[in-house]
Amino acid sequence: MIEFRGVTKQFPDGTIAVHDVDIVIPPRKTTVLVGSSGSGKTTLLRMINRMVDPTGGQVLIDGTDVATVDPVKLRRGIGYVMQNSGLLPHRKVIDNVATVPLLRGESRRAAHAHALELLDTVGLDRSLADRYPAQLSGGQQQRVGVARGLAVDPNILLMDEPFGAVDPIVRAELQQELLRLQGELGKTVVFVTHDIDEAFLLGDQVVIMQQGGLISQAASPAEILAHPADSFVADFVGADRGKRALHVTEVDGRRVVVDADGRAAGVLAS
Amino acid sequence: MNWLWSNLDLVGELMLVHLALSVPAIILSFVVSVPIGWLAHRYRWSRGVLLSICGLLYAIPSLALFIALPAFTGLSLRSPVNLVIALTLYGVAVIVRTSADAFDSVERDIRQSATAVGYSAAGRFWGVELPLAGPVLLSGLRVVIVSTVSLATVGAVIGVPSLGSLFTDGFQRGIQIEIITGIVATIVLALGLDALSVLLGRLLMPWTRRASSNGRVLTARRVREETA
Ligand SMILES: Nc1ncnc2c1ncn2[C@@H]1O[C@H](COP(=O)(O)OP(=O)(O)OP(=O)(O)O)[C@@H](O)[C@H]1O
Ligand SMILES: [Mg+2]
Repeated sequence: MIEFRGVTKQFPDGTIAVHDVDIVIPPRKTTVLVGSSGSGKTTLLRMINRMVDPTGGQVLIDGTDVATVDPVKLRRGIGYVMQNSGLLPHRKVIDNVATVPLLRGESRRAAHAHALELLDTVGLDRSLADRYPAQLSGGQQQRVGVARGLAVDPNILLMDEPFGAVDPIVRAELQQELLRLQGELGKTVVFVTHDIDEAFLLGDQVVIMQQGGLISQAASPAEILAHPADSFVADFVGADRGKRALHVTEVDGRRVVVDADGRAAGVLAS
Repeated sequence: MNWLWSNLDLVGELMLVHLALSVPAIILSFVVSVPIGWLAHRYRWSRGVLLSICGLLYAIPSLALFIALPAFTGLSLRSPVNLVIALTLYGVAVIVRTSADAFDSVERDIRQSATAVGYSAAGRFWGVELPLAGPVLLSGLRVVIVSTVSLATVGAVIGVPSLGSLFTDGFQRGIQIEIITGIVATIVLALGLDALSVLLGRLLMPWTRRASSNGRVLTARRVREETA
């Protein structure tokens, strides 16, 4: 479990990125932080692995204040995946995946063998192992990024807009892949996005953030749709524009669900 | 031409002497400039100061520096070490800005991702920043190679033998071919060392080779498509 207790971050230039945040992130579930640009999502995420230290409050992992843990050691135990994959361009795919095990002092042979298995896990062909990142497509790079994040079998996986830079079709593919992986592995995933649809698709818990690092609502997607906490949330999820409104109409005696634009969305099960 | 055939040994020997002067200076310049460049990159406030001081070095006339150095080092004016130190100072002046730029050229995303996965500060320097700064560092090194090999000839004026001795001697004795030989030999040496550094770069930075050969394949394909 990850817990934010009254966490504030004010940068040296005076910007308050996150203000007095309390969140509980349950274990083995996916929590999605969603909000517009500059709302403090990345800052919040990076406080978990001490890339950013809070100026007020505490971040706890399983009851331990992360401020008391050596940052380098902490980071080697937490998976991190970012936009544009963040792969090291001068190292082959296999070495990128094996980066952290090698840093931890595992033998090259063992780390490489495990890295090849991880390529299978994320659905990449092993023949890509000897390429450099620049020789992969964007989608493939993101998969390698995920494999690297999983390499030390971390309990926690932090993902900062990992699918933000790929085209919609590849993104949908990667989202499904992540759902499958999460079903198998059951990590504590903290996922950042500014796409509310992605948040609803992936999140067990969705945290909606406003400018200035304020939290508007943290709840399950169903609850947010049913009871938006305020007009900001309603606007953000598109409820007020009727974007999420579905209607039931009757067609040849069957009840069909149509969306706001009148397009058929499915059939109502009886 | 007669002069050249009967003095091949001398030319060969001077080339070796010239190498012995310039190679240590080139290596020293590189080794000294990398940490200075890193500091200038890492601490913004130090950048202006460091780069200006190093730039000023370059403004000192070379003969004046050669002659003034012994006062600081306590070495004789004709000591090759004296010359190597002077060449190193100039080399640093030439390359230090490029060194700072080289570290600037490493993408912020990549540095942050290295930190995020658990590189320590030192591990990140050796494992990520230095190799990724490599291509730009190499471009700086290549300039230093050429400028040092050429500047080393000035040593002949203060009595440190080098390929420059062929200029001074040829000039005094009016042997034109000797002067030309000196110039050509200096250029050959510079180009040789330059080629060697490029080769070494390819060996040490295979990812740049792959990327560029990939680029060539792509261009070739594009050209083929356009002509088809
Ligand atoms: N190092 C820093 N120094 C000063 N201000 C910063 C720094 N990092 C972030 N900020 C500011 O803090 C606020 C939150 O930034 P953050 O990167 O957390 O936003 P975000 O929600 O991740 O945005 P995006 O969706 O664009 O990635 C912004 O106003 C940003 O300008
Ligand atoms: Mg962000």
